[in-house]
Amino acid sequence: METRSINIVVNGRGRALEVAVHHTLLDVLRDDLELTGTKECCLVGECGACTVVVDGRIVDSCLMLAVEADGAEILTVEGLAQDGQLSPLQQAFLDKGAVQCGFCTPGQLMAAQALLDGNADPSVAEIQEGLAGNLCRCGCYFQITEAVLSAAEGGHR
Amino acid sequence: MQTFAYERPATLAEAVALLEAHGPDARVLAGGTDLVIRLRDGSARPRVVIDVKRIAELSPTIREHEGIVTIGATTVMTDLADSKLVRRLFEALAEAAAVVGSVQIRNRATLAGNICNASPAADTAPPLLVYGAVVVATGPQGTRRIPISEFFVRSGVTTLERSELVVAVELPVPTSRTGAAHLRRTRRRGHDLASVTVCCSVDANGVTRLSYGSVGPRPVLTVDETGVLADPTAADAAKAPILERMFADASPSKRSMRASPEYRLAMLRVLGSRAVRTAIERLASDAPVEE
Ligand SMILES: Cc1cc2nc3c(=O)[nH]c(=O)nc-3n(C[C@H](O)[C@H](O)[C@H](O)COP(=O)(O)OP(=O)(O)OC[C@H]3O[C@@H](n4cnc5c(N)ncnc54)[C@H](O)[C@@H]3O)c2cc1C
Ligand code: FES
Ligand code: FES
Repeated sequence: METRSINIVVNGRGRALEVAVHHTLLDVLRDDLELTGTKECCLVGECGACTVVVDGRIVDSCLMLAVEADGAEILTVEGLAQDGQLSPLQQAFLDKGAVQCGFCTPGQLMAAQALLDGNADPSVAEIQEGLAGNLCRCGCYFQITEAVLSAAEGGHR
Repeated sequence: MQTFAYERPATLAEAVALLEAHGPDARVLAGGTDLVIRLRDGSARPRVVIDVKRIAELSPTIREHEGIVTIGATTVMTDLADSKLVRRLFEALAEAAAVVGSVQIRNRATLAGNICNASPAADTAPPLLVYGAVVVATGPQGTRRIPISEFFVRSGVTTLERSELVVAVELPVPTSRTGAAHLRRTRRRGHDLASVTVCCSVDANGVTRLSYGSVGPRPVLTVDETGVLADPTAADAAKAPILERMFADASPSKRSMRASPEYRLAMLRVLGSRAVRTAIERLASDAPVEE
């Protein structure tokens, strides 16, 4: 099994790691770094449970090898809360009841946060497009959209 | 996942040498949205995976020079869809890039990966055919330019040689005003390949280029130079037989789980006429003000 050393920054913290080249970023986040907030589900890029932000863009971490992330800055759901305070988006998910079983939630949050970072005041259609790669088998889509709307700059609609 | 060795060449020469050395045991990795799935399910079993994303010559740049827009091989759909240059000159290509998968997929999926994967449903294929794209490929014998109409063979197979890499895709800037549109039919947004893709362009000289995918082993390009299709005043009855002839090469598979052949052919007609209409409207709305 071939391994390779990589340097990545995860949630603001630099990490020097020796990773198996056939392991995905998802494998390394969950198994090597024990950041299990990022979920594993379909493993074919369809559900978005494994969504993380890599250099400012969301990706399905199940479709990216960890070695490909060498040199990258990564944000996972564990990096959203600051000093034990939930982020406004996380709080909005709670307030709007956008979490049922919660399995899809980390991926939804990362996709929604990336959307808001690029578009402070998205329309419902833009939210639906931005989150189209994130499935929720509990069917919280309406509440998730509400949560993103309320966390947006224009909020409180 | 199966094990493999990983190479990350920094130059095109290095990458070609690796491809040559490993022959059928090597596989090029771009965004991985097709390949990583196949590495996991075992339908691809390379001994060496060659990551081409850090090769300067393949860098994700889009630039215009002397009437040609060159799109670097590793340009991702997100950047293609957002590019002002592409949106202005090749609107239907930007449109196609914008509907590939989800945001997560578009942030990784490259243009070269889309055509090299050669799915009959590849969304960028019809617009590339309509715009007369040229694939720039480099191998041990040097660099050659392959017209996109000679690139696709069937699903997963192209006319690229084993040790060749796609370096860029070139698009000639249209010499006359052009209106174009890309349309498709899917079962669900964000998670599915199209069951029909159609792209149409009409230009100020009355030439209509119509391309469609997902209804046969490879995407098809047809051209109408009678001027009838492009004519906004021509009756639908006059256009119908021309369109029928253009769709003659459609031969959808009976085995697909996505849609029946009957459905695909019916949708091809609907989307085809719609794409022609939209292209005509766009050409008209783009018309310079009469003096
Ligand atoms: C959930 C999901 C949804 C999708 N939706 C769509 C869709 O709507 N429309 C669509 O068209 N596609 C879709 N796809 C397919 C895929 O995302 C695209 O085909 C994508 O453009 C592939 O590019 P990539 O960079 O990820 O390729 P990779 O997976 O890295 O490579 C694909 C193939 O091309 C070869 N290759 C890549 N780059 C080069 C190069 N420079 N030179 C030579 N060979 C090369 C690889 O060896 C491999 O065989 C979807 C995929 C997923 C997982
Ligand atoms: S686990 Fe990665 S998209 Fe479903
Ligand atoms: S809350 Fe259960 S899958 Fe979304």
